[in-house]
Amino acid sequence: MKAIIVGGGKTLYFICRNLTSKGYQVIIINRDKEECIQLARQLPATVIWGDGSDVGILGEAGAMGADAVLAVTPNDQDNLVICQLAALKFGVPRAVALANDPDNTEVFETLGVSAFSTTHIVGSLIEQRASLEQITNLLPVGEGRVNVTEILLDETSPAAGKRLKEITLPENALVAVVIRDKQPIVPRGDNDLRTGDRLVLITLPENHGPVLKAFTGERR
Amino acid sequence: MTHNRYVVILGCGRLGSYLANRLSRDGNSVVVIDKDEATFRNLSPDFSGFRVIGDAGHMAVLKEAKLKKADVLIATTREDNVNLMVAQVGRKIFGVPQVLARVFDPKREEVYAQLEIDTICPTSVAADIFLRAIANDAAKMRGKSS
Repeated sequence: MKAIIVGGGKTLYFICRNLTSKGYQVIIINRDKEECIQLARQLPATVIWGDGSDVGILGEAGAMGADAVLAVTPNDQDNLVICQLAALKFGVPRAVALANDPDNTEVFETLGVSAFSTTHIVGSLIEQRASLEQITNLLPVGEGRVNVTEILLDETSPAAGKRLKEITLPENALVAVVIRDKQPIVPRGDNDLRTGDRLVLITLPENHGPVLKAFTGERR
Repeated sequence: MTHNRYVVILGCGRLGSYLANRLSRDGNSVVVIDKDEATFRNLSPDFSGFRVIGDAGHMAVLKEAKLKKADVLIATTREDNVNLMVAQVGRKIFGVPQVLARVFDPKREEVYAQLEIDTICPTSVAADIFLRAIANDAAKMRGKSS
């Protein structure tokens, strides 16, 4: 796999370290000459000094044939243009932009560029962790339109001891898997739920709260 | 150009302020956005439009300029990427009927033509004029020598 990352700072450094340790071939593009020298010393990656939104520089970095382009500069307009050029000019299959302004995630998606906002991600993580300690995992999929949540049933849960079909769930919610004693079970209506079970729930953001309440009860 | 249109101009440098002064004088409602307040000095004393200070990369600033109501958006900052982003936001999110962006890099211009974003590239415009002038001079020289 070959990935081009445009940007600098700690975000870039750790993303790059992560990807190279997984065996990716990483090419970094950075506008600051000094930082380029530092990055080249610290990371097993090819470093190119230049403007990542310049077609020539992207071409030099091998955008033609890259599997992914990641734009994490502090300027949203640069990130947008880098990803658009990568996709349109070089046919890179996955181009992802950092939206520093959280309002811009939606803007970028409308303009056809996959985007993420660290503000959003950290915010939702804190919210979920803080609201229910039984939630061990939360994964937004389908551009955030579907939530996959893992929860633990404890003795106070109103669902513990009931059969799945006895629990009234809001529409568009699904118990995908029950993990009992490390064994995954794909549940049917007749399956019972016990204290200590881990449930993997699939919900929509609008019914996420009510579904959690059905399994964990009312508490804050 | 018909009068009384609502024109939003991004960037109040030499080009932006020149356009703003002309369009305002012709009777249009003009809003100029620039993050540097000092650039508003470029506006002529009879400029009758509004000035917005802010970074056009932020949605809040574009909303403040009432981009939704605009008939025309012209992006003239010195940064190609700002112009390209704002042009797309104006066109596809605020639904501005006429959007023009200045883009210096001809290679970028070519890609954005595919996205139906109208750009004007001063580099290629100037190059064309130069090339034509050179060709004309060469023709004249040939005329003289024969």
